[in-house]
Amino acid sequence: MFNLKRAFGALLLSSSLFAGYAHAQTVKIAFTDPLSGFLGPVGVNNMHSWQWIAEVANQEHWAGKLKFEIVPYDNKLSPQETLNVLKRVEDQGIRYIVQGDGSSVALALSHAVTQYNERNPGKEILYLNYAAIDPLLTNGNCSFWHFALDADVDMKMEALTSYLAKDKNIKKVYLINQDYVFGHDVAKAAKEDLARMRPDIQIVGDDFHPLARVKDFSPYVAKIMAAGADTVITGNWGSDLALLIKAAHDAGLKANFYTFYAGTTGVPTAMGSAGADHVFEVAYWNPNNKKFAGADIVKGFKKKYKDDYYTMASYSGIKYLADAFKQTKSTDPVKVAEAMEGMKIQSLNGQEEMRKTDHQNQQELIIGKWVKVNGTTVKFDQENTGYGWETVAEIPAYVGTLPTSCQMKRP
Amino acid sequence: MEFFVISLLNGVSYGLLLFMLSSGLTLIFSLMGVLNFAHAAFYMMGAYAAYSLGLKIGFFPALILAPLVVGLLGALVERYGLRTVHPYGHVAELLFTFGLAYLIDEIVKVGWGLTAVPFRVPAALHGPLFTVYATEFPKMRGFMMLVALLMLLAVYLLVTRTRIGLVIQAALTHPHMAEALGHNVPRVFMLVFGGGTALAGLAGVIGGVAFITSPSMADSLVPIMFVVVVVGGMVSLAGSFLASLLIGLIQSFAIGLDWSLGGLLDALGVAVNAHTPLYSLLKLQLSAVAPTLPYLLLVLMLIFRPKGLLGTRAD
Repeated sequence: MFNLKRAFGALLLSSSLFAGYAHAQTVKIAFTDPLSGFLGPVGVNNMHSWQWIAEVANQEHWAGKLKFEIVPYDNKLSPQETLNVLKRVEDQGIRYIVQGDGSSVALALSHAVTQYNERNPGKEILYLNYAAIDPLLTNGNCSFWHFALDADVDMKMEALTSYLAKDKNIKKVYLINQDYVFGHDVAKAAKEDLARMRPDIQIVGDDFHPLARVKDFSPYVAKIMAAGADTVITGNWGSDLALLIKAAHDAGLKANFYTFYAGTTGVPTAMGSAGADHVFEVAYWNPNNKKFAGADIVKGFKKKYKDDYYTMASYSGIKYLADAFKQTKSTDPVKVAEAMEGMKIQSLNGQEEMRKTDHQNQQELIIGKWVKVNGTTVKFDQENTGYGWETVAEIPAYVGTLPTSCQMKRP
Repeated sequence: MEFFVISLLNGVSYGLLLFMLSSGLTLIFSLMGVLNFAHAAFYMMGAYAAYSLGLKIGFFPALILAPLVVGLLGALVERYGLRTVHPYGHVAELLFTFGLAYLIDEIVKVGWGLTAVPFRVPAALHGPLFTVYATEFPKMRGFMMLVALLMLLAVYLLVTRTRIGLVIQAALTHPHMAEALGHNVPRVFMLVFGGGTALAGLAGVIGGVAFITSPSMADSLVPIMFVVVVVGGMVSLAGSFLASLLIGLIQSFAIGLDWSLGGLLDALGVAVNAHTPLYSLLKLQLSAVAPTLPYLLLVLMLIFRPKGLLGTRAD
C-alpha cells in the first residue's frame, strides 16, 4: 500500500514537472497513404515500416517513457481524400501526420496543414513527408510545418549522375519516364546534370509513356536499341519499371538501367533474374550497406510482416521526433518543429541533418546494383527472389546538397 | 531495316495476344449479345490458375488445364448467374458482368495477395528464338504467336467444320428455329460462354507469363480489348483478328517514330520554334501519343464506319 502511494505521488510530481509531456504517455502519429488499390501494396509496406520502427523505438525507449503509436488512414492516393483524412486527424486531436506516396498528395497536404496551423494556434499539426520528392516541396512551396525525410529528385539525380559520370564507357544515354510531373522532373534533372558533369555524353532518346497503362514495352526497347543506348535512366516505378526491364532482358538489350525505385514493393518479384547485373538504384539506404546497419530491423520486419523493410525514412523520422521530444521535454509540435530545424541525428545511413532553411533532410545516398545473393557483400535478398542490392557506391551528403529557393515563414 | 523487322514482329506478336484476349469476347457477344465486362477478369484468373497449377504440374500441363478451369467457372457463371439475369434484358446482364469483374478482382487479391506473383517463363522457353541483326527475338514471343495461331485455327475449324459449330451458328442467327428443331439453345449459350472465358484464360496464361501476373494486370487491358472488338465489327472473329493485328502494329511502329507536326512543317519549309503558336502541340511526337492512337482509331471508326472492319450490322 505504501509503495503504491509513493508511486502515485511520484507520478503526480512528475506530471506537474513536465506538464503535457508525462501526461501524454503515447504520441499518436497519423499515417496516410494508399492502403488499397493499384498502389495499395506499396502503401501497406510503408505503413508496416512505420509501425515496426515505432515498436522498436518503444522497446528501446528512444524517447524515454514516451510511446509511439501509428494510426493508419487510407487516402486512396487522392489529394481530396487526404484532406478528408486531415480533417479526421484534426478532430481526433492527433498532432503528427506522416505521408509519402505521391507528390501531388504531398503538395496538397503541406498546403492544408500550413493553413490549418495558421488558423488554429495551439492545435498545430506537424507533417513528416517520407517519400514525396518533388523539389517544389522544399523550394517554392516550402512550409515550416513540412519536413522532407527523403532526398528530392534533383538530389538523387545529382548523386546518380556523379556516380555514372565516372564510368568512361558511357557514351549514349536514353531517358524513359512516366508521363506526369515526377517523370518530367526526372528527365529534366538528368539532362541538366549530364550536360554539366559529362557534356560528351549524348542523350539519344527522351521518351514519356502513359502512367501504368503500357503492357508491352518491347516497342520502346526496340527504339532504345535502335538508338544504340548503352545506359537508360528512368524514374519509372511499379509495373512500369518491371515490364520495361523484362522487355529489355527478352530483347537482349545489354544497357545498364539507372533507377530510383527498383527496390519498391512488387518490382523485385517481377524483375527477378531479368535485371541481374544491369539494374542500379539510387536510394538513401539498402540492407546490404557496407556496415549492414539495420540488419536486426530487417530481420525483425521480415519475421513479423513476411515482407522487406526498405523505407528507412521511417527510422530517421521517428528518430528525429524522439530526439526532439527528449530535447524539448515536450510533444508540442511547435516546440518540436523548432527543435528539429538544423537537428542532427544518427540514422542507419550515418549522420543526417534536417537543414534549417528548407527542412530538407541531408543524408548519404547509396547506389545499389541488383545481383545474386552471395553471403558476403549481399546478404539480404528482396521478396525471396534470391537477388538483392549490392552497394557499389556511398555518396556522401555534400554531393547531393543543393541550394534552395525556400523563403520559410516561421510562426 | 532492323528496326522495321523488330517492330513488325513485336507488333504482330502483341496483336496476336490481343486477339486471343478479344476473340472470346467477340464470340460471346456475337452469340449472346452480352458485353462481358468481366472478360479481362477471366484473363487474370487464367494467369493465376496457371501460376498455382504450374507450381505442382509444370507450365505446359497448366497451359492446357488452367483455361479449362477458367472455362468451367465461366460455364457455371452462365448457368447459375447470367441465365437468371437474362430475362431482365441486356442492361441487367451488363451490370451483372460489371459486378462480377470486381468480385473476381477481390477474390484474386484475397487468394494470392496484393503484389505480383513470381510466374516465370519455363526454362524451355528461355532465351532468344533467333536474332535479327543485334536484337534477340525471345522464344516466349514466338510461342505466344504459335499458341494464338493454333487457337485461331481450332476455333475456326470448330465453328465451321463440326456439328456443334453448325448448331452454334444456327443458334446465333435463328435461336427459335434451332430450339424448335430440338437443340438445347441455353446449353449452347453455356458452352459458348464457357468457351469464350476459356479463351480469355488461355490468353491470361500467356500474358501472365510474358508480362506480369498481378491484381492490376487486367486493368490496362479492358479499354484496349473493347477497342479491338468495336473496330473489328463486334460480331466478327475475322474482324477482331484484323483489328488486333492493326492495333498491335500501329502501337509498335508509332512508338518508334519521332515524327511531329512541327517536323512536318519544318520539312515543308515553315520554320517552327518555341514562339510559334501551338508550339506545344506541334512538337508533340508521334511516339508520345502512340498509346492513345487505338482510341483515335476507335473514334474514327465509329464516325466513318460504325459497323467496324468486317461487321455485318446494317446501318
